[in-house]
Amino acid sequence: MNAAAAITASRPLQRGPALETVGMTKAFGAFTALDDVSIDVRAGSFHALLGENGAGKSTLVKCIMGFYNATRGSVLLDGRESTIRSPRDARDLGIGMVYQHFTLVPCLTAAENLVISRADAPAVFDWKKEKPKLEEFMDGMPFRVPLNGQVSSLSAGEKQKLEILKLLYLEQRFMILDEPTSVLTPGEADEVLGLLGEMARRGEVTVLMISHKFREVKAFCDSFSVLRRGRLTGTGDAQAASVAEMSRMMIGDTEVRERAVRAARNDSRPVLDLAGLVAEDEEGRRVVDAVNLKVGAGEIVGIAGVSGNGQSALVEVLSGQRGLADGGIFINGKPFEPKRRDFDRFKVFGLPEEPLKNATVPRMSVAENIAFRSYDKPPIASLGWWLSPGPMRRKAEELIARYRVKTTSPDSPIEALSGGNVQRAVLARELSGEVDVLIVANPCFGLDFASVAEIRAQIMEQRNRGAAVLLVSEDLDEILELSDRVAVMSGGSIAYVAPIGETDRNTIGGYMGGQHMAGH
Amino acid sequence: MSESGFFIVLIAMVGGAIRVSTPFMFVALGETLTEKSGRINLGLEGNLVLGAMVAYAGSYQTGSPWLGVLFAGLSGLVLGAMHGWICKLPKVNDIAVGIAFMSFGTGLAFFFGKPYIQPTAPRLEAIPLGGWSSNPSIAQALQVNPLFFVGIALAVFMWWALANTRWGLIVRMTGDSAASARAMGVSIDLVRLMATAAGGFLAGVGGAFLSLYYPGSWNEGLSSGQGLMAVALVIFARWDPIRCVWAALLFGAAGAIGPALQSIGISQGYYFFNAAPYILTLFIMIASARSKSAARDVPGELSLAK
Repeated sequence: MNAAAAITASRPLQRGPALETVGMTKAFGAFTALDDVSIDVRAGSFHALLGENGAGKSTLVKCIMGFYNATRGSVLLDGRESTIRSPRDARDLGIGMVYQHFTLVPCLTAAENLVISRADAPAVFDWKKEKPKLEEFMDGMPFRVPLNGQVSSLSAGEKQKLEILKLLYLEQRFMILDEPTSVLTPGEADEVLGLLGEMARRGEVTVLMISHKFREVKAFCDSFSVLRRGRLTGTGDAQAASVAEMSRMMIGDTEVRERAVRAARNDSRPVLDLAGLVAEDEEGRRVVDAVNLKVGAGEIVGIAGVSGNGQSALVEVLSGQRGLADGGIFINGKPFEPKRRDFDRFKVFGLPEEPLKNATVPRMSVAENIAFRSYDKPPIASLGWWLSPGPMRRKAEELIARYRVKTTSPDSPIEALSGGNVQRAVLARELSGEVDVLIVANPCFGLDFASVAEIRAQIMEQRNRGAAVLLVSEDLDEILELSDRVAVMSGGSIAYVAPIGETDRNTIGGYMGGQHMAGH
Repeated sequence: MSESGFFIVLIAMVGGAIRVSTPFMFVALGETLTEKSGRINLGLEGNLVLGAMVAYAGSYQTGSPWLGVLFAGLSGLVLGAMHGWICKLPKVNDIAVGIAFMSFGTGLAFFFGKPYIQPTAPRLEAIPLGGWSSNPSIAQALQVNPLFFVGIALAVFMWWALANTRWGLIVRMTGDSAASARAMGVSIDLVRLMATAAGGFLAGVGGAFLSLYYPGSWNEGLSSGQGLMAVALVIFARWDPIRCVWAALLFGAAGAIGPALQSIGISQGYYFFNAAPYILTLFIMIASARSKSAARDVPGELSLAK
């Protein structure tokens, strides 16, 4: 800690401060995103802020950080009222935040990132003097990150650690972490949170962590607050409260989502066969490295993995968005090329991640987007090229009603729809016919509770009807709920495959971190 | 080709590389700075031509070629600042603005430059570094303009400053990740405005070299697209100031092939060899578009990279 003190001797703050919000309210026009929220984060505590997507968690922290000016309410820091009008004010008060997306500059080294973030960064750097100081600072820290490598070459875990180190380097001892573990392996997550927890217990920092992982909250936090629809619905001791209590505060009285019903399989012939798939990124690195996997009829194979281990690239290969450097895809023993003709012939359908970006043309209408798989076939097309808008619209209206897509009209642009409704429109397009192979990636990301249940049920229904389903997800719970078999992708290859009954969360987590590489 | 003929061509190419490379170097360094901040200024050809005209006029009016160089830089600075200012308006595309500025700059130069086509202005003096040799072609090849050394010094300085100064880091940060720069309270528009203006200044100085040293007069056909080629050169040099110098020398040498061959009596394919720099540009663009390391070095905020 000495080095940090030497660097910013002018700021005496060496302990994590207490922070309280009083009656925090933020309205955007007629919509109240945050309604009279008062939370109390004691000095040296590890406080969890829970809530579903859209519950107001990020609005609250953005008010604390000065990105938004609250409509009403105030922030008390160590009991004193503090005016925070901009992120700069927050920084000067020692409040820092680690965002979900990294704010490190990829082309700079770790050392450069740290030094330039300082408010008093010198005009000319004397690296001979700065480097030893940085080394000394690192020595006093619970975890280390290589100082001289470019940030773009660091792993997600190292970047996350560096973000936290940056806050400590800047003496920002009230830390807000926004879902800090979403990019980490379970092992890395436990390490980082454990070390932060120890620092908090020693009073060196105060942590406010946005999360929706109850396991982490129970394991590391000492207190929690829950938001739902912009209101504070509960607060308390994280160790005393049960997960059931917390989740009730989070989702309200609506009954807990039912699991999709899984029918017994009696057909086990393999349908989709990925044989030695290799794909490269723009710089020639192998992002998909010799992936071999078979998916049977009526089977869901879930691919788990930490974000950035080649899962997105694999889905891009299967959907024809990325070229295949080596290997082959076979469906029912016949070679499959990810082109429109083969998608049709083999009845391959897909729900890619971020459907607005990957599965729709945002500015075209809902009806047109729904017709993407069928516009060149009767009844919409005659002779294969003459399109009639009438049948297209009728078909869209029928599907909009059947899949309960909320849109003002079939003619409004699909980008005007909410995330859940875009996903439903894509589901309508992809699942309304006969499906032999279904490729799904992060289908429920960012969706509310009700949509999640519905979409998972739809996927399960396709499986029960005999489709071979490849499910790629970063949400381990989703994998565990839906899959018949689990595969783990790590460093571009499949590190582990096991039937769902013969594995568990810890084993999968271990392979996600790449610990067992040698074993298989 | 005889032994001595080969030697003459080689010497002429070295001399040509030194002579012709200077404007490439200045424009490329200016463009590197601009692109490092995350913006592309395709209009530097306009800065170059306007700089050439202003330098010539300035030198003629004041009698001092170095004042001419300064005026040329300032004219480039103004054009660059205008580009930077327009690009910060919402939904403005920097490439389209650059193309407009290319025409704007050359148009301005032709409009104001008419009266200066005839008169003779004082030119920049070269430093005779070939005095030790009795060979006239060596002596001639080693007549080096001070701006050449200024350019090299500038490249070294930029290379150092981008890694060791706060300003350098802020420019790189703005060019690579606008979100992080904004999170740190850096005004992205201001950084890019200044980087574009400074880049414009350098391109203007490059223009001064054209009219005040080589070829050494002002006329409307003075630049043959050097300003545009320098932009291609920056991609080839992968946004590294030192590599910009080497790339400029390579382009200069290629441009000297035609005249050098002619000087030993090979005039066959003269126009073809004169086109060497352009052909080189084409091949370099193809090669660098396929290069995987170029993809790694490109500043993340560049509209090229998105």
